[in-house]
Amino acid sequence: MGKEKRLARVDRDHCVACGCCVKVCPRGAVQVVRGVFAQVEEALCVGCGKCAKACPASVIGMEAAGQ
Amino acid sequence: MKKRWYDYLWIASALYLLLGFFNILFAWLGLICFFLPLLISITTGSKAYCGRYCGRGQLFALLGGRFGLSRQHDVPRWMKSRWFRYGFLLFFLVMFGQMLWNTALVFSGARDLREVVTLLWTFRLPWHWAYHGGASPWAAQFAFGFYSVMLTSTVLGLGTMVLCKPRSWCVYCPMGTMTQLICRAKYHPDAVRQNQA
Repeated sequence: MGKEKRLARVDRDHCVACGCCVKVCPRGAVQVVRGVFAQVEEALCVGCGKCAKACPASVIGMEAAGQ
Repeated sequence: MKKRWYDYLWIASALYLLLGFFNILFAWLGLICFFLPLLISITTGSKAYCGRYCGRGQLFALLGGRFGLSRQHDVPRWMKSRWFRYGFLLFFLVMFGQMLWNTALVFSGARDLREVVTLLWTFRLPWHWAYHGGASPWAAQFAFGFYSVMLTSTVLGLGTMVLCKPRSWCVYCPMGTMTQLICRAKYHPDAVRQNQA
């Protein structure tokens, strides 16, 4: 049974746009769009969960890809 | 990841707090942390200050992360709600205004210089040993007041760092809330979509 691919997903409404996720992402897959919310580039995200762990507001969740 | 010069700004933040114990007039330097984030968000429409240049955030990340001084718990839901963040910003601005008013009173001669640092807007700590003269009384009063703001917010940030995640201060940081509001006002989703296309 293959491991399901996971992706980071941001709750934009509660994102404080601090950029902690940008800093820890080893793939450069996260950016803060115009200082308003963080956005994950799904093609680059490998689902490592580092951003979710670092997020001070805990608004990044790891979800199965394709959800 | 390669370290850049701005990854060491936590040293400046720590030094700032330390210098306030020796000469309160250094508190004036804290205005950089006040104007620079606003200037960056107004001119570039980004929160680059928070992500790159905020030494305080780096300090919390270091203490809570590498030094393990954080429980790494989620912040309570109310703390990331808009009403709390905007409410705290308002409260912070009112307190800031009061500090400016105190400075004005000393400037006008209506009140004498008070050599105290007020922690958490309540506790007046004697701080006379950090003032050696050499400035107008109002300039010294502003330094005591501004340092009180900086120390209070650091203590609050350290508290939530220990209880929640290392940089949980960023969730309710008034400067962060203010710069996000500025960015939000400048944000046009259609323009962003066109740029990305």
